[in-house]
Amino acid sequence: MAIVRRAIVRQASVPSAGRSFDHPLLRLLSSSIGKKLVMAVTGVALLGFLVAHMAGNLTLYLGQDSLNGYAATLKGNPLLWPARLGLLTVFGLHVATGISLARENRNARPIRYDRVEPQTATWASRYIVFTGLVVLFFVVFHLLHFTIGAVQSEVFHGVDAQGRHDVYGMVTGAFSNPIVSGVYVLAMAVLGFHLYHAVQSAVQTLGFAHKSYKQTLEFGAKAIVALIVIGNCSFPVFVLAGLVG
Amino acid sequence: MKLDARAPEGPLAEKWDKHRFDMKLINPANKRKYKIIVVGSGLAGSSAAATLGELGYQVECFCFQDSPRRAHSIAAQGGVNAAKNYQNDGDSIWRLFYDTIKGGDYRSREANVYRLAQVSNHIIDHCAAQGVPFAREYGGLLANRSFGGAQVSRTFYARGQTGQQLLLGAYSALQRQVGAGTVKMHPRVELLDIVLQDGHARGIIVRHLVTGKISRCAADAVILATGGYGNVFYLSTNAMGCNVTATFRAYKKGAFFANPCYTQIHPTCIPAAGEHQSKLTLMSESLRNDGRIWVPKTPGETRDAGEIPEDERDYYLERKYPAFGNLSPRDISSRAAKEVCDEGRGVGPLGRGVYLDFADAINRLGQDTIRKRYGNLFEMYERITAENPYQVPMRIYPASHYTMGGLWVDYNLQSTIPGLHVIGEANFSDHGANRLGASALMQGLADGYFVIPHTIGDYLARQEKREVSIDSPEFDDAEAAVRARLQSLLDVDGTRSVEAFHRDLGKIMWEHCGMARNARGLEMAIDEVRALREQFWQDVSITGVNDEFNTDLEKGARVADFLEFAEVMCFDALQREESCGAHFREEHQTPDGEAKRNDDEFAYVSAWEYKGVGEAPELHKEMLEFENVELATRSYK
Amino acid sequence: MNFTLKVWRQKDKETPGSFEKFDVVDISPDQSFLEMLDTVNEELAARKEAPIAFDHDCREGICGMCSLTINGIPHGKQNRSTTCQTFMRNFEDGEEITIEPWRAKAFPVLRDLVVDRSAFDRVIQAGGYISVRTGAAPDANAVPIPLDDAEVAFDAAACIGCAACVAACPNASASLFVSAKIQQFRRLPQGQPERDKRAARMIEAMDREGFGNCSNHYACEAVCPKGIPVRYIADMNRDYLSAALSGVEFDPLPPIEKDPLE
Ligand SMILES: Cc1cc2nc3c(=O)[nH]c(=O)nc-3n(C[C@H](O)[C@H](O)[C@H](O)COP(=O)(O)OP(=O)(O)OC[C@H]3O[C@@H](n4cnc5c(N)ncnc54)[C@H](O)[C@@H]3O)c2cc1C
Ligand code: HEM
Ligand code: HEM
Ligand code: SF4
Ligand code: F3S
Ligand code: FES
Repeated sequence: MAIVRRAIVRQASVPSAGRSFDHPLLRLLSSSIGKKLVMAVTGVALLGFLVAHMAGNLTLYLGQDSLNGYAATLKGNPLLWPARLGLLTVFGLHVATGISLARENRNARPIRYDRVEPQTATWASRYIVFTGLVVLFFVVFHLLHFTIGAVQSEVFHGVDAQGRHDVYGMVTGAFSNPIVSGVYVLAMAVLGFHLYHAVQSAVQTLGFAHKSYKQTLEFGAKAIVALIVIGNCSFPVFVLAGLVG
Repeated sequence: MKLDARAPEGPLAEKWDKHRFDMKLINPANKRKYKIIVVGSGLAGSSAAATLGELGYQVECFCFQDSPRRAHSIAAQGGVNAAKNYQNDGDSIWRLFYDTIKGGDYRSREANVYRLAQVSNHIIDHCAAQGVPFAREYGGLLANRSFGGAQVSRTFYARGQTGQQLLLGAYSALQRQVGAGTVKMHPRVELLDIVLQDGHARGIIVRHLVTGKISRCAADAVILATGGYGNVFYLSTNAMGCNVTATFRAYKKGAFFANPCYTQIHPTCIPAAGEHQSKLTLMSESLRNDGRIWVPKTPGETRDAGEIPEDERDYYLERKYPAFGNLSPRDISSRAAKEVCDEGRGVGPLGRGVYLDFADAINRLGQDTIRKRYGNLFEMYERITAENPYQVPMRIYPASHYTMGGLWVDYNLQSTIPGLHVIGEANFSDHGANRLGASALMQGLADGYFVIPHTIGDYLARQEKREVSIDSPEFDDAEAAVRARLQSLLDVDGTRSVEAFHRDLGKIMWEHCGMARNARGLEMAIDEVRALREQFWQDVSITGVNDEFNTDLEKGARVADFLEFAEVMCFDALQREESCGAHFREEHQTPDGEAKRNDDEFAYVSAWEYKGVGEAPELHKEMLEFENVELATRSYK
Repeated sequence: MNFTLKVWRQKDKETPGSFEKFDVVDISPDQSFLEMLDTVNEELAARKEAPIAFDHDCREGICGMCSLTINGIPHGKQNRSTTCQTFMRNFEDGEEITIEPWRAKAFPVLRDLVVDRSAFDRVIQAGGYISVRTGAAPDANAVPIPLDDAEVAFDAAACIGCAACVAACPNASASLFVSAKIQQFRRLPQGQPERDKRAARMIEAMDREGFGNCSNHYACEAVCPKGIPVRYIADMNRDYLSAALSGVEFDPLPPIEKDPLE
């Protein structure tokens, strides 16, 4: 027979059973769908954090005492560091996986189309990496701003009557600067874009496919996103408008 | 040479069982020592390759498309027959057998047809188990419909895509074997010749369509499952790549070509829109259940359909065949359409079309009912023609659709070349002079899943096992001939495209060897084909070189074969001085235009032996004996 | 009608390609897109120039062989149809039409507009079947299948393997195609025994071909000529998750080989 030996062009790049990826979980996580699941799970966790974070921040409207008290309770909690570590891990996983997926996706089409008419892919979905990165920069800025105090340190170091960190003064002080407020509102808009695609995407990724509950879930998730964006934007807007602080 | 059909002795119903017992077997452990080449991956080829792989043979499978899943079987719409009698309406293996023999106008071999009816039931079982999504009833059991005028509902279907679903089932099975390593699949590889050693088929010469590389493949046996030759008419419902090359090469190497003139014309295709038309699209015949067929009474009518008053319309089928009317059989309705168009009463841009009018049905049943029944077809029609069939009548015209002829095979599906087996539409076996609707899919799968896996074992077991090798003078010669032929195609360096020659050939064949034939026309056609072939070899333009992806060369080689084959078809049609099945000789009709069969002189299979290019081939006859059915004449008046 | 065609020309897999422009005149609005290219090719043959290579066979929208990205949309803008079922009357007279091959790393260009889609075959080889030996099947009516399931299985089985989904997906992901095959079998009783293994193997096979990941852009669904819904991708994700978590065991995939006849 002419056909004796066949040249092997590509070896399996995803290791098959019997080697180091033997563990089902590792195998899952190394697959494209596994990575998607990581994105969705971490994304939803982050969404959870955002809801809680915003709810906490709403104490701003209850006055200085409430917000500072809330902040102090958080700070004094022995679980603070474990929680911070958890959040960091989740965030890190989300960012790292997101970047790796984005890289793979770029490589999957080495020669681009000369002309593209995007089909239903929305602006939000096509630029999700970009919006994600903007959120990343925002978070770094935000931590430098309100957690470390490297930015606008003049408002950071205040102490209230009970000797607690004056978070209320810090936030209202910071947002009375229109540039800072502008940055926050802009960042929230970008976050909104990220989440606009992200939530319905997560519903799909996690496999909630049936029409009957998929739509409800998506609606609920989008409502939460709207709440987060509106709630978060309200702080700088109210402060700037002089309604708070 | 005497043609021996090798049909087993004994009562019809026991032949296949007995034959299976009489056949020699190959020890399971030895099967893997045998290499089998399967050319073609349609229903016949895929099912054969998959099953042989399962049995343990080493299989090499070839197709010219980029994936086996794209073989032309994918396009079949209507359904697949089986004698399940799930509808309890009186069907049986015997009835399916009888209907098929009768449908073939008593020009097929009883033993083969009976076996076909017998294994038809296994096909449905097997395909359902593969996950083929056949239509079902509310209770979850399989649904059936009556098809092509059958009196029983024995057709299994999957919406309008039965061929696709059956092929995907066979393709899955094939891919499973490819994954398991028992079958090696070679897509985008075209067979260009067959190699014989000591009179047995031992290999093939192929060309890789991407790189142009010519290779030799050797095996213990070769199976051709390369489909039909309907594209000899240029315009047909076949896919663009369908060709006669594989079977014609085998013919040139000594395999007899049987009944090439039996070609089926389907009455309900969308007519050509202009000279540029490259293929025709078939629409389900079911449309004729509610549509009325007519043309204007006066030739050269220029008014739109809607402006032609009722009394100036000629509902010619209802007029001529009152009993069956618009549901007259395929060949009758096709011929009648051609007749009215020849009279100058055809409609549409080229005057080659008749109206299929739903206005009455819409008035009677309402648009919704019609939409429910034919919505998909109406949509397809509108997409292609930009006319809305709810408002203006459809235009239809007959087109070449299926070829009953093919390489002659015996009961074991072996051609006159030992070791060369032929299955599916590529052989001539089961449909006689005409094929019933929903029977081709059945035959392809019967051959591939249930017949060839047994009979090829018998062939192999009866041979002395020999070393399979590509190093032999026969391979040298065959390869050299293939290279020389390709080079000579490139060397012509003329000015007319391959397409133009193919179109011309199609016109000749359609005109003279199409729905209605006569001696004068056929003799003319032979001359015209010869002249065209000469012109082809002087003036065809094929650019580029062999060692590249060369679509012109690919097509050029196929058309070159059609140009030789067309002649054989005409010889066959000329020789058959009777009208039977799809073959209508104008000289042989009753006074009122019915086909006149001549059982005394023509109850045989004509099998042609190659005698050289431009030489008349030699006719051999396999006499058909009917021990179980009585020959009857059909009447549709 | 007259058009300017901007066509991707590429000699073979190794040689880089580029665009070539053609002015075509006198095209009938009733011509299909491929017949329009036939006309160009006949003209090229008369001029002894190499024809534009493109894949096609059935020309009735069922074989899945035709494959052009027309003005940035796989199979062109006419919804729910293949390139062979796209007609020139759907274009503007005088329009410039950009024609590109499917673009994806997993589908190398072989010549001009022809790409190698064998990656799809290999994904099916990994598990796109129900293992049933010829002759071993029970009576077809022994296993009734609820009509709903049968209908969904059919909807999924309608995929023609054209790969427009990959071509349209911003990530060049094959998820829609793979999910369609998985969906067909996961809905059928016959498909259950191999359900976990099938999902695990097919995804693994898909991943190693170099397709992108699904980010739920839904462009695939928009161009799919057979209307395969992205819902099936969600189902596939679920099947894969449960298969992976159950630690399904399976044989490693065979290596990817080059056809020695090539
Ligand atoms: C539009 C249409 C509708 C139909 N509807 C029905 C129906 O409803 N019911 C029914 O029973 N029948 C129907 N038929 C007929 C039926 O589809 C075919 O007869 C049948 O599918 C043929 O199957 P096959 O396997 O023999 O060949 P094909 O499916 O044609 O396969 C041929 C194979 O051979 C390969 N091949 C060909 N030449 C070469 C070569 N030179 N080198 C290498 N490979 C080659 C091809 O790549 C392909 O894989 C229909 C036919 C048409 C055209
Ligand atoms: C608090 C902030 C964030 C939240 C709540 C969030 C939430 C989400 C969610 C829910 C998803 C959907 C996952 C899915 O498709 O199933 C997602 C996707 C994504 N996120 Fe974020 N994200 C955040 C920050 C970031 C950051 C900082 C990046 C930086 C790179 C990022 C990059 C991405 C990318 C690339 C995707 C798409 C992944 C894909 O489907 O291919 N996200 N995000
Ligand atoms: C306008 C909206 C927001 C306001 C007013 C706000 C306010 C604050 C304040 C006051 C703190 C410091 C708490 C303390 O030091 O006790 C803080 C911490 C933090 N914020 Fe925000 N925040 C906003 C939006 C966001 C968003 C959108 C994110 C994430 C994407 C985010 C992520 C964080 C994180 C990670 C911390 C650090 C928590 C820790 O100390 O562990 N914040 N925020
Ligand atoms: S899912 Fe749709 S677009 Fe993708 S291959 Fe199948 S038919 Fe083509
Ligand atoms: S477009 Fe691509 S990202 Fe997913 S939903 Fe479709 S495969
Ligand atoms: S050529 Fe077959 S689908 Fe277009």
